[in-house]
Amino acid sequence: MLLDIQDIHVHYGKIEALKGISLQVDEGEIVTLIGANGAGKSTTLKTISGLRPLSSGKVVFEGRDISKMPGHKRVLVGIGQSPEGRGVFPGMTVEENLYMGAYARKGDASKTLAEVYELFPRLAERKKQFGGTMSGGEQQMVAIGRALMTDPKVLLLDEPSMGLAPMLIQQIFDIIKEINRRGKTVLVVEQNAQQALSLAHRAYVLETGAVVKSAPARELLDDPQVRAAYLGGDLAVEDTAPAAGTAADGSVDLGKGEAGE
Amino acid sequence: MNLTKKKNSSPARSRRDVRDIWADSPWYVRTAIYVLLFLFAMFVLPSDGVKSFMSPETDWVTTLWDPIGLYILLALGLNIVVGQAGLLDLGYVAFFAIGAYSVGVLGKIHHWGFWYTVVAALLIAAVSGILLGAPTLRLRGDYLAIVTLGFGEIIRIVARNTDAIGGSQGIEGLPRPPAMFGLDFENLLDAKPFYYLVLVMIALVIIISVRLNQSRVGRAWTAIREDEDAAELMGVPTFKFKLLAFFIGAMIGGLAGTGQMGGVQGYIQPENFTFILSATILVCVVFGGSGNIPGVILGAFIIAWLPERFRFIQEYRTMAFGVVLVAMMILRPEGLLPSRQRKAEMKEGAGTLGAMGGEVAGPDTEASVEVTK
Repeated sequence: MLLDIQDIHVHYGKIEALKGISLQVDEGEIVTLIGANGAGKSTTLKTISGLRPLSSGKVVFEGRDISKMPGHKRVLVGIGQSPEGRGVFPGMTVEENLYMGAYARKGDASKTLAEVYELFPRLAERKKQFGGTMSGGEQQMVAIGRALMTDPKVLLLDEPSMGLAPMLIQQIFDIIKEINRRGKTVLVVEQNAQQALSLAHRAYVLETGAVVKSAPARELLDDPQVRAAYLGGDLAVEDTAPAAGTAADGSVDLGKGEAGE
Repeated sequence: MNLTKKKNSSPARSRRDVRDIWADSPWYVRTAIYVLLFLFAMFVLPSDGVKSFMSPETDWVTTLWDPIGLYILLALGLNIVVGQAGLLDLGYVAFFAIGAYSVGVLGKIHHWGFWYTVVAALLIAAVSGILLGAPTLRLRGDYLAIVTLGFGEIIRIVARNTDAIGGSQGIEGLPRPPAMFGLDFENLLDAKPFYYLVLVMIALVIIISVRLNQSRVGRAWTAIREDEDAAELMGVPTFKFKLLAFFIGAMIGGLAGTGQMGGVQGYIQPENFTFILSATILVCVVFGGSGNIPGVILGAFIIAWLPERFRFIQEYRTMAFGVVLVAMMILRPEGLLPSRQRKAEMKEGAGTLGAMGGEVAGPDTEASVEVTK
């Protein structure tokens, strides 16, 4: 077991955002967390990478309890995250952004840099461009590339499809698949359940801070409840589906946009 | 209109401007230019020819020392905190006060030599920077601004109510440096020695700022300013580096305080260190081009000099000054001489004005968004 999350509770002030989430990620897997906005997907990732403190529960990485370890040290043990809203440094060039990923690493990072450029030829063309002047898709590439530069054992991706055109989403997901094929373990949080479930090996469905379902991703693609809530749904469950659908499309992006700034 | 203008200018990276030429020139050229600038500041700026234009009504050399030189020092110090690390500090005057009071209390009341008081002032200011930062730097954006504003006020009010350091009367007859290099600090009619002293301080602070800027520390600060969470994810110990920014900023503020020496009268009182001074120094930084050292110096120079130059229009000058600032923020919000980084950040809407209000979406806002939806 590479990453083992045991019954974590996280609070924002008095509000309990995570109500006891447990999940496991094995080496070499792609695991996805899906769920509507506010389900606690991003909070889970932030808790794993150390941006959010735990109220209770444990984060165990490679058999070691890292619950109390500060975020900047978790990078060194092998947790690399591409944050929500991409978090590209706007005043740094693409190359400077990527090198920030190697900030805490000892030794030469040029080999990893070459790999990142190979994965994202577009970034190689735009080394000297400022992060802030790039398109959403390119920024997503920078964010993923930068996380790879930390040479992580597990790559955490927070909504890589956010705000991207469908064609770009496909491209980004293909690259994630390629990254996994080269041996990286990936934990990806997504609102775009269709894409995420086709990509991942296993999936967890989150609802209001708790895991309501976990299964191989293929199974969830055919699960009527999941289809109804996250994949556009059937007419049979008309009462719930459109409501969830709008929440996942309209207001969601607005809210996320603000939080991500 | 503004937007299109920026759009045109930023992708045109092939166009070489001053920054490229500066970055590409060999070190000896740059050193020579630094030396020339220093000599210019030393001999040309305070000369009579310049005086007749810059300051026909007041003593130009005194103006160069106080307020111009001191504003530049303070702005350079605050620039590390606001411009580099992106932490909005509205109580920066506190460190200036601590520096000035250290000279006053230790020198006048405890009879220490001037240079000992300077060393003590730097230490005390730096420690108070840590004391202020350690509990408050977990706050972000607006919240940090409010706490630092409070700190500035606390220092002033404590000074006013502590009789041992002069109370509201303040301290008079502040010690001056002993004579050196043929410069006599006792003759108040000639402000040149004071100006030279502050000039040396400015040169030192510039060297420190530039070196920090190009180091790992500078990169960490940039990352924190532009996206603190992302910086932490890259393995930057954000809290430690924010504290370091406060530490160094406080020290420079304290240094400026020792260069103040009670002005021409050699007299300090708590009301010299009000919030308006913190605000003015912040204006210097933002107006000149937050994060860019030449910009900040130019900003401080103009902000300190303009009101002195236009004394003849009396009270209207403050109003005119306000109009100029408002116009400036509308037409050129990135400042007179912004860095390229800053331009790119402004475009993105991140790290604006050292996160002035920009980073309102702290932990709590995010929480409400996540949970209520």
